[in-house]
Amino acid sequence: MACFLVPMGEAIVTTVMKKVVEKNEREAGVKEGSQTRVSWSRKLSWLNRLLWGGVLLLALEHIWHGEVVLWPPFLTAMNNPADVGPMLHEVATIGTGMAVFVTIVWLIMISIADQKAKAIHPAVKAKADA
Amino acid sequence: MFFIITALAAIVATIVWYVNAPEDKYKLNLLCFIYWGATLMWFVDHVMAFLTEGGEFFEITLDATLLGFVVVLFGLIVWLIALLISDPKKVFHKLLKN
Repeated sequence: MACFLVPMGEAIVTTVMKKVVEKNEREAGVKEGSQTRVSWSRKLSWLNRLLWGGVLLLALEHIWHGEVVLWPPFLTAMNNPADVGPMLHEVATIGTGMAVFVTIVWLIMISIADQKAKAIHPAVKAKADA
Repeated sequence: MFFIITALAAIVATIVWYVNAPEDKYKLNLLCFIYWGATLMWFVDHVMAFLTEGGEFFEITLDATLLGFVVVLFGLIVWLIALLISDPKKVFHKLLKN
């Protein structure tokens, strides 16, 4: 009914976080590729893209099924008081599940990326020293 | 069915991105993330609906298939808009200069 609202809320928070982290990294002079880890702004941009991409396509699916409309109150479940309870339940269960699952996949992704960056860095250094 | 079609689109986009990697002039990583984000979210939706309501895991109907294609098309439109705005080949810059 409106499950995509939870990942959307997370996407708004992570977008703001990315902007702040990016600014801090720029001030600290962090350069991409100059360290053994992938920068946090880059990692957060991956999460943002996953979340916003999913939210956009899910919003389209909800419009297709008539659960979301482009005029107030936007959620058709809001028109009937009996539908509000199930809608909130769906947001709390499926919506939270979606946000948590995407975040877990992203955490696995960034840990693999960090491991790969660590493995590449000594190899590149050794090649340069030789 | 839209879940399967989006997952297939995500796989194809990832293969195309990997073939061209590390160069990513056309921002194919964005297209991959759009499709993977939706695939992961629909996976959770399908699993939870299957566990709570039962029934068939995949909804194979004409409506769901049509929705799958519309979703893939919408993902492509979003990627295309982002590509044209960033204009990596500086096409608009060159056109306006002439």
